[in-house]
Amino acid sequence: MRASYELYRPRWYRRRMPIFWWLRKGSYVWFITRELTSLAVGYTAAMMVAAVWALGRGEAAWAGFTGALASPLVVAFHALVLAVLLFHTLTWLHLAPKAMVVRLGARRVPDGAILVGHYLGWAAASALVAWALLGG
Amino acid sequence: MATPTTSAPAPVKRSNEPFFWLLFSSGGTLAALLFPALAAILLVASPLGWVSLPPHGELLAGLGNPLVRVALWVLVALSLFHWAHRFRFTLYDGLQLQHLWGLIATVCYGGAAVLSLVAAWVLATMG
Repeated sequence: MRASYELYRPRWYRRRMPIFWWLRKGSYVWFITRELTSLAVGYTAAMMVAAVWALGRGEAAWAGFTGALASPLVVAFHALVLAVLLFHTLTWLHLAPKAMVVRLGARRVPDGAILVGHYLGWAAASALVAWALLGG
Repeated sequence: MATPTTSAPAPVKRSNEPFFWLLFSSGGTLAALLFPALAAILLVASPLGWVSLPPHGELLAGLGNPLVRVALWVLVALSLFHWAHRFRFTLYDGLQLQHLWGLIATVCYGGAAVLSLVAAWVLATMG
């Protein structure tokens, strides 16, 4: 909604919305929580940059980094971050059947099948991460 | 040869919104698939001692593969632009800040771009 100058434009009617409009209803709170998962995604990306940086600086820097991660407050915060990331994953995967309509011949692939496919993809990706980090 | 009678169509005002939406959606998908496992192992399970990471040298050797570095950079950069796009609209709608349109877009996309460049620099100059 960008305001720009127009000749003879009538005055806009705008109802003032309170800043905390999204606290009024459970579904609004749900919506804003889902949108705020982007903070956990951005944070995790930044932490990965920090981890790679510490790794590249040498063994002492890496020990300092992992030591800082082990402090109880940091672990508690990261458990919260993990919960928010899981919320992002679940809401994102459950959007998939609504976003894609797959047809096999004349029949539409049911939503449940698309969802199961995405969950399998998530399991495979998680296994790949675990293998790359721990099992290599 | 006949001269063309139709003139060029009027220029269509193109929006850059689809481009940022593409970054948002691919970053959201990659983060949805990979971040819970990454965060669970690196940020929670390993600090708690539930699993043990390979020693420093082994991890560094893993990142010695240029393909791994490029994949990691793509993951980081797309996730950052996912954050930028989604958080931008959370600010507009959630906090009713539509009048700060340009400023918020600059801070969000600019922040993601700067951190992506930092990530590229870190990955290119390490070890």
